[in-house]
Amino acid sequence: MVVGLLVGGVAFGITPVLLAWLWARVFSPNKPGVEKNATYECGLESKGDAWIQFGASYYLYAIVFLVFDVEAVFLLPFAVAFTGLPLGACIAMLVFLLLLVEGLIWACQKGVLTWA
Amino acid sequence: MAEDLKELKIELSKNGIFTTTLEELYNWGRKNSVWPLTFGLACCAIEMIATTMARYDLARFGAEVFRPSPRQADLIIVSGTVTKKMAPQVVRLYNQMPEPKYVIAMGACAISGGPFRDGYNVLKGIDRYIPVDVHIPGCPPRPEALIHAFMTLQQKIEAQSLSGASRPRHLRAGLPSEFPVPAFGEHGLEPAQNTEVFLAEQGNPLKVIQ
Repeated sequence: MVVGLLVGGVAFGITPVLLAWLWARVFSPNKPGVEKNATYECGLESKGDAWIQFGASYYLYAIVFLVFDVEAVFLLPFAVAFTGLPLGACIAMLVFLLLLVEGLIWACQKGVLTWA
Repeated sequence: MAEDLKELKIELSKNGIFTTTLEELYNWGRKNSVWPLTFGLACCAIEMIATTMARYDLARFGAEVFRPSPRQADLIIVSGTVTKKMAPQVVRLYNQMPEPKYVIAMGACAISGGPFRDGYNVLKGIDRYIPVDVHIPGCPPRPEALIHAFMTLQQKIEAQSLSGASRPRHLRAGLPSEFPVPAFGEHGLEPAQNTEVFLAEQGNPLKVIQ
């Protein structure tokens, strides 16, 4: 019963696709051409190579955002609950701080923070 | 023979029996599922948009599915002034559409250049480069006119025979599906027009274009 339903369901899904494929292969007028087969379809011809490099400099903003914004968000509860924290939590937080300070140093070296 | 069959069909329909042919059925399906290309050039495009909206409702004719890709479109409505800068793109879009494909030249500009005919940069009719099936006069034509053009196109599709010598261009293996794209020369587009477009029009006695 279940197997029958499963087979029926799969057939119900696949048959129309198969029929459409068959229709396209057998009956549709097939007229390929240079323009028709072109990859780009906006009416314009593509120019140059698609393998070009984009300057992905946005990561610097992401780092600075993490350092100044996310850090502050986590530092506030850290400061509030500081006296009651166990040693493990304190070390984990310091590692977190270290990582972000690392980011800050990186951004400084890149010259992001110097006023142009 | 065909006449006999037609009479027989009418006779049967009088007695409540509906008969049809594969060709009729096929064309009936085709004419009621013409998908236009999402493509507008100038003020006529606003009328075209109005035609698709609730008040005029092109969906009644099965043509509400405006496709953003020429690969999925059957009809290109050249709605507006075709500048010489734009003409190669229009031809290229037409070339990229799959067969069978149809063209409606909407408005005076698409037909002949319209009020801008004497402009240095205006193409004097898109039928210089691609075969137009229906021309609609007007500046711009009202949505009713576009609907009329659409119905005219449907009649044309319905009347196309799928076999025999008078079958449409897309069913003739020897005829190309693409038309040459004009290029910019020293004095506007070159060539200034493609005279073979008219020979390639559907229904014409076969004159092979290369």
